[in-house]
Amino acid sequence: MAHEQQESTAGQPLLAVNNLKIAFAHDAGETAITRDVSFTVGHGERVGVVGESGCGKTVTGLALLGLLPERTARVRGEILFQGRDLLKMPARELRRRRGRDISMIFQEPMSALDPVFTVGEQLIETLRAHERVSRKEARERAITALEDVGIPSPRQRLDDYPYQFSGGMRQRVMIAMALICRPRLVIADEPTTALDVTVQAQIIDLLRELSDTTGTALLFITHDLGVVAETCSRLLTMYAGEVVESAPVDSVLRRPGHPYSSGLLRSLPGLSERGGRLPSIPGRVPAPAEMPSGCRFQARCPHAADGCEQSQPLRELDGGRLARCWRGAELTLPGAVTP
Amino acid sequence: MNAPLTPRTATGAGVRADRVRVHFPTRAGTVKAVEDVSFDIHPGETFGLIGESGSGKTTLGRALAGLQPLTDGHLFYDGQAPSSLNRAQRRRQRRDHQIIFQDPHAALNPRMSIARSVMEPLDILGDGDRRQRRRVVDEALERVGLPAGIGRRYPHELSGGQKQRVNIARTLTLRPRFIVCDEVVAALDVSIRGAILNLFADLQDEFGITYAFITHDISVVSHVSDRVGVLYLGRLMEQGPAGTVCEQPLHPYTQALLSAEPLPLPSDQRDHRRRIRLQGEIPSPLNPPSGCPFRTRCPRAETRCAEQAPEWREVAPDHRVACHFAGPA
Repeated sequence: MAHEQQESTAGQPLLAVNNLKIAFAHDAGETAITRDVSFTVGHGERVGVVGESGCGKTVTGLALLGLLPERTARVRGEILFQGRDLLKMPARELRRRRGRDISMIFQEPMSALDPVFTVGEQLIETLRAHERVSRKEARERAITALEDVGIPSPRQRLDDYPYQFSGGMRQRVMIAMALICRPRLVIADEPTTALDVTVQAQIIDLLRELSDTTGTALLFITHDLGVVAETCSRLLTMYAGEVVESAPVDSVLRRPGHPYSSGLLRSLPGLSERGGRLPSIPGRVPAPAEMPSGCRFQARCPHAADGCEQSQPLRELDGGRLARCWRGAELTLPGAVTP
Repeated sequence: MNAPLTPRTATGAGVRADRVRVHFPTRAGTVKAVEDVSFDIHPGETFGLIGESGSGKTTLGRALAGLQPLTDGHLFYDGQAPSSLNRAQRRRQRRDHQIIFQDPHAALNPRMSIARSVMEPLDILGDGDRRQRRRVVDEALERVGLPAGIGRRYPHELSGGQKQRVNIARTLTLRPRFIVCDEVVAALDVSIRGAILNLFADLQDEFGITYAFITHDISVVSHVSDRVGVLYLGRLMEQGPAGTVCEQPLHPYTQALLSAEPLPLPSDQRDHRRRIRLQGEIPSPLNPPSGCPFRTRCPRAETRCAEQAPEWREVAPDHRVACHFAGPA
């Protein structure tokens, strides 16, 4: 049946986000950043999240870890991780889980690592914050962790400072740190964007391999559809603070269910004839204060029609695809390849 | 003064780089950012320069735009070296050569209105009177597809794509014959890159501008370029027609670079066996490898590569490569 997109392991998914609404409070009230973000991540599943800048990808990722500023962020809805709501969890317990059960890899490894501590000290600190292990044992685990992410002579490099590593090696250190407690879920926010393409290819391979061998699920936030195609099995497309499509990667590439996903794919220059006209999506994402009722993409959509001003729930199409478009089933939208 | 935005019948500038070197002395030693690079850019074409970080592509772009003195070698524009020109001629030539940068926001003064920013070069050059200048600015803003009235707004009110259009408009007011485009779409969302790249193509058709298009993005460079050069650690590895270099590359670095690009293809259409995975990262330009700079990561490297720098040789008409073992993947 169509709705089995969570697949695999008995019953509940690893992560279920329901109606997540994130707003920021300020003097003049609240500005809503996301509205009705709902999705699931299965055990060991790799899910890509794409969308233009400002669509709410990063904020959603930070909310999952409880890393938004407490004083201004208003987070509503449910974030069920292994069946328990992280939003209702006491701060102490959340802190215990963060880094152990869920961890994060950031875009800029240099700003995510502390420059005044050695890589080893940072790895050991992370491990000992969550597990009762001796310093000696922790050191061995840290060496293994560096070895697992392909850092040459890990025993020596353990005592080096972050600045002594190259960009790609630093990102490997970040991955080692994210994985040292063997989390069930890793949120990776643009982990390869700051890297060169030949190094990016190495890091993508590494993430895929590690996820395969450890069974760790991956929520891969990126703007690059090629990276998603190489890493993930399912794709979430976000637009203006909403998930507008959720579908298996291969099916989106062949036949997207939402005009926005189709527009993103068709914008890739590699898919057009050399020197020919390149498609693009006209206009820009509406500002939070100017969000239209109904479909948020309608002003930029080549398929807008009467009916798009109605509010748009995520609808089920065939083959485990969900799209926030009432015309999704009727339209034949071009993807990256002919079906 | 002529109406500056009328299409010109003359073509863009031809550019020749002849054994260009740019070195930067540092306390730790000399960084050879650009080392012995030679190529021709034909009038009115787009020449793509592709490279990863540390390849010297930005330094080379700044040199082409006249912003970076050469340590050695020569640049010729329409056959003339800037050094052979007198002051007035050189000033005229400078105006012909412009550069557009990666970060559209950083390139605009946040405290200046859009119209003032776009007019500033004309003010400096003292073109026409104020009313004429204003007309030129309005025409340029309209030509790049910005709505009327945008001149009164400020950079923070514009999207990234709009800001990059403003930067293009500012350049256009000078009627340049050669523009260095340094990662001009890298900071923009995928959804609007196409529109900006189309605009560059339209302006080239209309005004006959020559472009040097610098980017790390293979899909962009292969789409927009007529001819491309591949840089690694300050040296050209391969150069030729875009279709040839991107589809039948002969240098192992070009081959690896192309195969590393993540493709948005379904799993059954991706051929994993053809992927060449490079080990390690680009070495420090402070201490480049002997012989061929790519040999430390090259799957074809042999002892000869460390001892002898490969010759820059022409293997087919207009297809050059620097590799002892150049050949199909």
